[in-house]
Amino acid sequence: MTKKVFKIFVLIVFSLSSLVSFASAESYGHSDTTQVKKSIREEIKETIAHHLQDSYIFEITHGVSFPLPVILWDGGLHVFSGSAFHHGEYTVESKGNFYKLYHGKIYKTDSEGHIKYDEDHHVQNEKPVDFSITKNVFVIILMSAFLLFLFSRMAKRYANNMNPGGAAKFLEPIIIFIRDDIAIPNIGKKHYKKYMSYLLTIFFFIWFLNLAGMTPLGIGVTNNIAVTFALALLTFLITQFTANKNYWGHIFWMPGVPKPMRIILAPIELLGVFIKPFALMIRLYANMTAGHIVIMSLIGLIFVFQNYFATGAFFGLTLFLSILELLVAALQAYIFTMLSALYFGAAVEEHH
Amino acid sequence: MEKLISDFSVGLFFWQSLVFVALILLLRKFAWKPILNAVNAREESIENALNSAEDAKKEMANLTASNERLLNEAREERDALMKEAREMKADIVAKAKEEAKVEGEKMIAGAKEAIEMERKAAIVELKNQVAALSIDIAEKIVKGNLAADDKQKALVNELVEEVNLN
Repeated sequence: MTKKVFKIFVLIVFSLSSLVSFASAESYGHSDTTQVKKSIREEIKETIAHHLQDSYIFEITHGVSFPLPVILWDGGLHVFSGSAFHHGEYTVESKGNFYKLYHGKIYKTDSEGHIKYDEDHHVQNEKPVDFSITKNVFVIILMSAFLLFLFSRMAKRYANNMNPGGAAKFLEPIIIFIRDDIAIPNIGKKHYKKYMSYLLTIFFFIWFLNLAGMTPLGIGVTNNIAVTFALALLTFLITQFTANKNYWGHIFWMPGVPKPMRIILAPIELLGVFIKPFALMIRLYANMTAGHIVIMSLIGLIFVFQNYFATGAFFGLTLFLSILELLVAALQAYIFTMLSALYFGAAVEEHH
Repeated sequence: MEKLISDFSVGLFFWQSLVFVALILLLRKFAWKPILNAVNAREESIENALNSAEDAKKEMANLTASNERLLNEAREERDALMKEAREMKADIVAKAKEEAKVEGEKMIAGAKEAIEMERKAAIVELKNQVAALSIDIAEKIVKGNLAADDKQKALVNELVEEVNLN
């Protein structure tokens, strides 16, 4: 029963996702029917870039949106609404400073809102430190609240009933899978318990955010490098701070190889310590970004070709890739969790 | 790469780290610990239940085996008792027969002896009576015949003859 409901839910979500993206792209196509082909391509490119970009307003669908708070640190705290920029058309004045939104970024300007460029057409204006609750931050907070609600409710059910019920029927096997097939084999029975909270949180966080990214809201959080960097950094920090003597021994003074080799191996191993979480960061970021770009491009191609055959073909292809992306959403969460567990396992491995 | 670095949003990184660490801590307290504990407790109780079921099964098998053994023992004992009783019965009967035989023989022997003694006594009595009768007769005859000599002579002869005959 629960499985069926879940299936239907997934179907609805991703069919909506395709349709709404399709519709929003269509509105682009229609508004510019007089333009030549090349400009449609430009439009598609911009749509995709816009879709992947963070934003200071939360756009539920085309035209329906609400502003989010902009919080800047620039010799003092500056707080104002994200709608004040009017999509970059207005220069905002706050406590005597002037700010302008340009290509999705906030720059400090003069009162006229001038943007200066160098010869490579790079913006030279100063950027204030931006702690705004952007769309991505908003989604992260929302998703965290949702996860907290979902799992604490699930936990409460166990208080008076040993059997899983409701959402737990679906979630418990996943939790047990993470424990029995990710944590225990990679970390070992002795140490796995202290990492469980992190592994479970990171798996569901990434998975749910990946899935949320597939909804028509365009809230791809995991395709942002700052987010994946934060996640990878946490794995890195936990690995280093829980590591035992044996782990450091393997890095700086590799046992079982000749002494000159140890000296050569030490920098390589040390480099590996940083490359591992770096790969984690890039893998998740690149996979999610690529997925979004490919799907958006395929939808865009419908408007490039503008005939029934291409519409059908690319719609089918988009559908197929959406299913693939659903798989990738879970797969990337799994890989991130799995590799984190692997690194933790290496950090606490006993001397053998 | 350059674009990646220039697009890197410090604010997003800050919020993500903050919210995510808070999320881990909150979920650990309110979700993962109770859930994992509940799951562990359940798994343990299932394992215990299975183990005790296995034990009960073994005990049951043991019980059945011991019952069987007891039954067999009882049967054997019964058989032994029956056999013993049968033997005892035969023994008693045989002994009784033997005793009866001996007793009978003794009685027969006693009776025979008594009969013999009675016979002997009867013979002695008879002899005595015959002697007395003979004396009586002899007396009467003597009284009658002593009147005539020849008759006396004849009688003496007859008596002598008779004695000789004896």
